Amino acid sequence: MGHSESELLDVERIREDFPILQREFDGEQVVYLDNAATTQTPEPVVETIADYYRTTNANVHRGLHQLSQEASVAYENAHDRVAEFIGASGEREEIIFTKNTTESENLVAYAWGLNELGPEDEVVLTEMEHHASLVTWQQIAKKTGATCRYIRVDEDGTLDMDHAREIITDDTAMVSVVHVSNTLGTVNPVSELADIAHDHDSYIFVDGAQSVPNRPVDVEEIDADFLAFSGHKMAGPTGIGVLYGKKHLLEEMEPYLYGGEMIKKVTFEDATWNDLPWKFEAGTPVICQGIALAEACDYLDDIGMERIQRHEEQLAQYALEQLQDEGDVDIYGPAAGTERGGLVAFNLESVHAHDLSSILNDSAVAIRAGDHCTQPLHDKMGVPASARASFYIYNTKEEVDKLVDAIDDARQLFA
Amino acid sequence: MGIGGSDMYRQQILDHYKNPRNYGEIEDPTFTHIGENPMCGDEIRMDVVLDESEETIERVAFQGDGCAISQASASMLSQELAGMAVEDLQAMDRDDITDMLGVDISPMRVKCAVLAEKVAQDGAEIYFGEKDIDRTTTEDDD
Repeated sequence: MGHSESELLDVERIREDFPILQREFDGEQVVYLDNAATTQTPEPVVETIADYYRTTNANVHRGLHQLSQEASVAYENAHDRVAEFIGASGEREEIIFTKNTTESENLVAYAWGLNELGPEDEVVLTEMEHHASLVTWQQIAKKTGATCRYIRVDEDGTLDMDHAREIITDDTAMVSVVHVSNTLGTVNPVSELADIAHDHDSYIFVDGAQSVPNRPVDVEEIDADFLAFSGHKMAGPTGIGVLYGKKHLLEEMEPYLYGGEMIKKVTFEDATWNDLPWKFEAGTPVICQGIALAEACDYLDDIGMERIQRHEEQLAQYALEQLQDEGDVDIYGPAAGTERGGLVAFNLESVHAHDLSSILNDSAVAIRAGDHCTQPLHDKMGVPASARASFYIYNTKEEVDKLVDAIDDARQLFA
Repeated sequence: MGIGGSDMYRQQILDHYKNPRNYGEIEDPTFTHIGENPMCGDEIRMDVVLDESEETIERVAFQGDGCAISQASASMLSQELAGMAVEDLQAMDRDDITDMLGVDISPMRVKCAVLAEKVAQDGAEIYFGEKDIDRTTTEDDD
């Protein structure tokens, strides 16, 4: 394999791992471009899930029998594997399995925010925050009297970093920022934001839902205090999210959910908490999903996160160029040639995004239409909804062409 | 096609979307009501004139913004309602709207299709003192 070839993904080979991509609707093979919402699941991950239930299923940490021991070891090791995937040197103690990114946000908002924030504190977010972060901190601020401030998004879809430096002050207790915007595709300078936050003794929470699946992410390089992401957006199953937290912070934090598994010693009067990360995983945890997520990490690392990033970047740039040429397509986020995540949100001037999505469905092209859980950002963009095509490891330029053709069909229909 | 693509956009719907009937305002309506789908951004305002007995709808005008399904549905309904008994308007349901549109509406788009109907119904209920809301939204309905 030559150098240039080694930089490209063997998409044909990868597609063999995703039988769902062979599905046809009325004779049209599905073109799945809704990966920012959820990615498809490769055979090795599906097999891991099936194997777990076929051979290993048992509850963890509470049985002395063989199956429980095997399930416990696999589940614990999954934490280490995920830690390695994002460069967390504290291993399992820094990795909490949750339900999804949203729950990870809520965990920190409740376990840390509710206890630590007061009327004198500020939480700094961005105007491109996902509701997972925006709504959560907004509500915690209401409960604690803290104030939410928002870093401006410029016309070009990037953060106004001067504004960031202006509003991140000694009053800032938490900076919660999205790494890659799920609407604009913007890749935010989270490392720089972490420096600014730390200069003011603030913590930084990074929403990695759209970055961890498709680019190398190293929490220690970013110097993130917290980072959250979801399994189902990175070739893993639904029902599992991850919260990374610096060990000393997680140690200081009180539990968010109480119950079994998270305790060490319980009396009728009181209880003490289990070690990390179990302190934050009350009740029977997401055992199978955690093990399957570790398998997804293996799957992605085998392909190579840098190559995945380049692949997505290429598809996004190609889509941008094709759509820009049309003249009647409003595209949101950084212009072609600027770094971007693997997604493009847009509106066809003459067709409402929901109509467009319905018509694209006729050609078996699956995209998302709506506000993508960024309503305030859409308000700022002046549209109630947008269409969004988002890519993953199995997508091709030919599929982008099909998208563009299907958009043309919609244009003709509404002409 | 069943899953709701361009079948949903038969000529009639596109025609009503592109050339909406009864579009605009009525100067002295018996009642006016506004509704929306917050998620979609569809918005419809309906002006309704009742006859003297207040039992029959004389005339309807609408204004709005949004997807083709919501706007075409409002246009078609505005024609349908003229001459209809208020009682019959109140008895309309989702199936009547689907029949009126003449196409299968995919589950995710039903909210768009029934917005105009709900605006007219809520407007009448408010006018007759049976309901007390500012705006109709289709989000909290089924």
